[in-house]
Amino acid sequence: MVLQGYDYLLGFLLISCLVPVLALTASYFVRPKGGGAFRETTYESGVEPRGPKGGAWIQFNIRYYMFALVFVIFDVETVFLYPWAVAFSKLGLFAFIEALIFIAILVVGLVYAWRKGALEWT
Amino acid sequence: MNEPIDLGNSFAEAVAGFGIPADLARVLWMPIPMLVVILSASVAVLLSVWAERKWSAYMQQRLGPTVAGLNGFMQGVADGAKLLVKEDVIPRKGDPWLFTFGPVIIIIPIFFAYLVIPFGQGLVISDLAIGIFFFVAISSVAPIGALMAGYASNNKYALLGGLRAAAQGISYELPLALSILSIVMMSNSLSTVDIVNMQSTHGILSWNILKPGVGQIGFVIFLISALAETERAPFDLPEAESELVQGHHTEYSGMKFALFYLAEYANLVLGSLVASILFLGGWSFIVPMGTVANLLGIDPLDPAFQVFSALLGIVMTIAKATLFVFLAILARWTLPRVRIDQLLDLGWKFLLPLALFNLLLTAALKLAFPAFFGG
Repeated sequence: MVLQGYDYLLGFLLISCLVPVLALTASYFVRPKGGGAFRETTYESGVEPRGPKGGAWIQFNIRYYMFALVFVIFDVETVFLYPWAVAFSKLGLFAFIEALIFIAILVVGLVYAWRKGALEWT
Repeated sequence: MNEPIDLGNSFAEAVAGFGIPADLARVLWMPIPMLVVILSASVAVLLSVWAERKWSAYMQQRLGPTVAGLNGFMQGVADGAKLLVKEDVIPRKGDPWLFTFGPVIIIIPIFFAYLVIPFGQGLVISDLAIGIFFFVAISSVAPIGALMAGYASNNKYALLGGLRAAAQGISYELPLALSILSIVMMSNSLSTVDIVNMQSTHGILSWNILKPGVGQIGFVIFLISALAETERAPFDLPEAESELVQGHHTEYSGMKFALFYLAEYANLVLGSLVASILFLGGWSFIVPMGTVANLLGIDPLDPAFQVFSALLGIVMTIAKATLFVFLAILARWTLPRVRIDQLLDLGWKFLLPLALFNLLLTAALKLAFPAFFGG
C-alpha cells in the first residue's frame, strides 16, 4: 500500500537513462572523427600547462571540505525533520517542543561552526 | 468533488475491445505517459532556450534569433542539430570514463525527477507517497556529475568550476529542503498531488504563497535557492565566463556539451514546475472548479466539463511554470554575478537560519490556527 507506484519509478529511471545513451549513440554515428593530437591538448593559454603530470589534479582549497562537512550534518537533520513535518498535525504541542529542542541543538552547532570560521571564505 | 480522469483505466478499457487483458494493457500503458513527459520536457527546453535568447535580446534592444523558423523559434533545434554533428574531443590528459559519465550523471536525475510532477489532475506519471522528498533527494545527485566533469577534464578552470558547482549545490540544498518542509507541514503529506489538492479547495485563497507570513518567507527562500541550484546568473559561479572560461564545461564539445545545455534548461523548467506546485497551487485555477461549474450552471460531473477542467489544469500548470522561467530569465539578464563568499554567506548565514525560523513559525502557526494551516 505504502510502496505504490514504484514500478513506474523503475520504468522511468530506465527511460531517463535512455536519454543520454541515445543522444551520445546518435552523435557517435554522425559526428566526424579524427581530429588530431593538438585538439586533445588542455584548454589553456596555448602553452601546455606544467605541473606534476602537467595537469590540474593538484591540491585545492580546504574550504570546500569544510562546507561539505557542515552540509552533511544539516542534511541529515533535514532528513530527520521530514517525518516530523508530515505527522505534525497528529502529534501536536509535544512534537513542537521536541523539534524546538532538536533545532536548538543544531543551531548551537551552526553558531559553533560560524564562530570557528568554518563558514568564512577567506 | 470531481473525480480525476484516470487515463490508464480508459486506455485499458479501450484496448479491452481488441481482446487484450487488463494486466497486459497496464504494461502497455506504462511507457506512454513517460515518453510524453520526456518529450514535453524536451520541447519545453527548446522553447525556453528560444525564450531566453529572445527575451534577453529584447532587454538589450536586439532582435535575437530570427532565421531558424518563425521568429527564430526553431533556434534550439538548430543548435542541437549542430552539436550532434560536432566532433567529440576528450582531453588527452583527462580521464575518458569520468569525462563521459559526468554529463550523463547530471542529466539522468533531472529527467528522472519529472516522475513526481503533476501536470493536471491525475496527470502524473507516479504519485509516489514520498513525492517531493524524491525530488529533493534526486536533485542532489547532479553536483556529483559536475564534480566528475570538472575533475575528469584535468583542467584548472574545469576543476574549479566543478568544485564551485558542488559547493553551491550543497549549500543551497539545505534552505531548499527546509522551505519545502514548511509546505509539507501545511499539506500533511509529501505527495505532490496532495500538496496541490490542499491548495485547490478555495481557489487562489488557499495557494501556499498567500499563507500569511510563512508562505511569503518560504517562497522567497525557495526562489533564491532554486535559482542557485540551476546555476544561472546571478549564481552562475561554476561557469563564470569572465574568470573560469566555462567552468566544468570548458573541455566539452559536441553532444556532451549539448547534454550539459539540455540539463541546465531541463533543470530550469523542473524548478519552475516545482515552484508552481509548491506555492502557486499547481494545476488549480484561481477559482475552484466546482464554483465555476455552479456559475455556468453545469453539472461538475458532466464529461465535457471534466475534459475542460483537465485541459484548464494543464494550461494553468504551464502558465505558472512559464512565469517562473520568465522570472529566472529576467534575473539572469538583470543582476550581476555574486562573489563566492557572498554566495556562501547568503546560503549559510541568511537563508539557512531564516529557513529554520520559517519552519518553526509554520509549526507554531499550525498549532495556534490549525484551520488555516492545514489542520
